[in-house]
Amino acid sequence: MIRLTINEELCKGCGLCVNACPKDLLRISTTKENAKSYNPAEMTNMEECIGCKSCALTCPDVCIEIVKE
Amino acid sequence: MEKLFTKTTALTDKPFHYCPGCTHGIIHRLVAESIEELGLKDKAIGLAPVGCAVFANEYFNVDMQTTSHGRSPAIATGIKRALPDRIVFTYQGDGDLASIGCGEVNHAAVRGEKITTIFINNAIYGMTGGQAAPTTLLGQKTTTTPYGKDGDANGYPMKVCEMLAAHEGAYYLERVALWDTAHIIKAKKAIKKAFQYQAEGKGYCLIEVLGTCPTNWGCSPLEAFEWQKENMLPMYPLGVFKDKGGEE
Repeated sequence: MIRLTINEELCKGCGLCVNACPKDLLRISTTKENAKSYNPAEMTNMEECIGCKSCALTCPDVCIEIVKE
Repeated sequence: MEKLFTKTTALTDKPFHYCPGCTHGIIHRLVAESIEELGLKDKAIGLAPVGCAVFANEYFNVDMQTTSHGRSPAIATGIKRALPDRIVFTYQGDGDLASIGCGEVNHAAVRGEKITTIFINNAIYGMTGGQAAPTTLLGQKTTTTPYGKDGDANGYPMKVCEMLAAHEGAYYLERVALWDTAHIIKAKKAIKKAFQYQAEGKGYCLIEVLGTCPTNWGCSPLEAFEWQKENMLPMYPLGVFKDKGGEE
């Protein structure tokens, strides 16, 4: 199983990962807000994630970590 | 448990101060990962520029030196000649390298200094508030060219890779972009190759990365990539401009 963690405090909600995901599993949160007042990205369906790393490779703030269990 | 992706140890834990969607963060990661994967972390010395990446010394977990505006190739020359076993790289933007530091980068290439330059071209001055840079496109609106850049009045865009390709001392020159995963992987390959060449004691290497500046271009990070593909790509085509170590 793939586990993807987004460091929400580092995320600036730029949306590049949302665009990069080939399965359209990421979105910018409309409810969460971090200390810098950005709406961070969030994973909508962890089960569907294929661990392709596209989001992590695109993230300018290196706030995505992916592990395979 | 297998880690598929985690932050490289060649970057510090300090959060980047860059605007949302700024490509500096991606380029920092690619440079840091290349250094780590080649096992050069203990040998690398980086030179931070003046510009948005002025605090790069706080982000790279290697020895760093800050420099005066545009002069990093000159200081890198000194460091490399005094400590030839180190891997010396400069990280420069277009205002730093193409404008005030144009002389330094040209002569570093002419002398064939064994250093690596990572050049970020986003066609604008980012830190100082979106003024026209030498790389600004014709017709592009900036705070100093509010009616669009006019060739006769403001000059024409400077093509750094093409310019340096004329110098015998330049060893490897490539222009890369970052707008999708495939291009990011390609960009990393180029950056890694430039460090590899330096580790092998080859000549001057420069990787020009087409960056974006969503803040000063006045668009979202995604629109910035679209704008870049549409407008910057015809003026700054991607590709290898010189590779003395290649097959050709």
